[in-house]
Amino acid sequence: MQVNENFKPLIVAFCCNWCSYAGADLAGNNRLNYPAEVKIIRVPCSCRVNPMFILRAFQRGADGVIICGCHPGDCHYTSGNYFTRRRMSLLFSMLDYLGIERERTRVEWVSAAEGAKFAATMNEFVEQVTALGENKRLEDLRCKQ
Amino acid sequence: MQTVTRDLLLQKACELLDAGTVNRVYGWQKGQFDYDVTPAVFSSREELEKDFVYNDFCGANFSKYLIKETAGEGKILVFLKPCDTYSFNQLLTEHRFDREKVYAVGIPCDGMADIRLIEEEVGEGVTGVETDGDKLIVHTLYDGDVKLNRADYLAERCRVCKSKKHVAYDELLGEDGDVVDSARFDEVAKLEAMTPDERFAFWQNELSRCIRCNACRDVCPACTCEKCVFGNPKSGVENKAVSDSFEEKMFHIIRAFHVAGRCTDCGECSRVCPQHIPLHLLNRKFIKDIDAFYGEYQAGAEVGSRAPLVDYTEGDMEPGEAVASVDERGGKDA
Repeated sequence: MQVNENFKPLIVAFCCNWCSYAGADLAGNNRLNYPAEVKIIRVPCSCRVNPMFILRAFQRGADGVIICGCHPGDCHYTSGNYFTRRRMSLLFSMLDYLGIERERTRVEWVSAAEGAKFAATMNEFVEQVTALGENKRLEDLRCKQ
Repeated sequence: MQTVTRDLLLQKACELLDAGTVNRVYGWQKGQFDYDVTPAVFSSREELEKDFVYNDFCGANFSKYLIKETAGEGKILVFLKPCDTYSFNQLLTEHRFDREKVYAVGIPCDGMADIRLIEEEVGEGVTGVETDGDKLIVHTLYDGDVKLNRADYLAERCRVCKSKKHVAYDELLGEDGDVVDSARFDEVAKLEAMTPDERFAFWQNELSRCIRCNACRDVCPACTCEKCVFGNPKSGVENKAVSDSFEEKMFHIIRAFHVAGRCTDCGECSRVCPQHIPLHLLNRKFIKDIDAFYGEYQAGAEVGSRAPLVDYTEGDMEPGEAVASVDERGGKDA
């Protein structure tokens, strides 16, 4: 496989307003570094993330998608993240079944107090996706410049 | 051969029409050939006698049609094969039609033949197919009559039939069967055991044939939204894109996901696909995963059951673990 030395992935991170989004804020306040390739999209709850959002992100050029939500049991809306967990288990399993690299998708539970975990997760995820290279299997030629 | 005959169904339908129990009958209408049977509404004895058929090609699942038909006046008679009754229950669970307006007659089913398999065997020019015991007699233009073993030409979903048991009916013709221990997940397991590259190549090959006719969506008894997400012209996947493979993948992933946990595995999607894409393999993947992750669940087995995707337990698997666990049960050499 050809490896592009200068490849910088585009990562879309869906972050729950009540935890991970604040966690990202905390990471910033604490001057913790995480790659600029991560583009955060704030959602009211991780269960707001529709499977269409994830596929749409890939369509528009994302190389990896990560969903961050509150730890199970800590959902601001009591049970939203439990539904996320079931949905994403099935969706990711389906993507894997279609032969799309499983390392491109991830769900991580990050609380508002875990700025360090947020930065570490993002660093690790970006590294993982960089190693995979460009998203070829779910790209949309119509969206390429 | 089917254990119930056309005459028996016709007699039952006429009896119920005459008694005034129902004012319409949902049945299979004769087409140009024996094998192109169309679902239709009959409202009189004359219509029934003229066009009603029941043969080895009456695969259509009538459950979904009830949503539109129960909007009319009076009761409608519907014939349900065992697998159709699961969809019937699932639609009732979702409050999609009025049970009071339906008179459901359960009929036993011995599997339906697949004309595609027959045509693959005998070539073009099939003018008729008759059933004689466990043999199919195929009338052809060029080769005369060809005798085939019926069991070998059943539709895929019938060869791996999951149930001969009716889970909903007002009246039963013939005898009720049992839930069958079926091998329907074998093909999914085979795919799971492949490497990601092989799987990608397999699906690329299958899905690239899709012409986006939306027949799979339209026929699916679980796909009953008034407004469909694929009807949105801004979605980028509302119709077939030229020279692009994303659109069909997106469509098929989302179509299967939207019925996950509600799909009864009736197999209608694969039956109607004009491009012969094995769509049931996507639906069965979700069913297999749900069974493995959250315990066995058969959609439509009972009215009012809670679908796995609108339910949760505190100890559910994490998505990462769940995907990794597929390797273990599939026995993939990772």
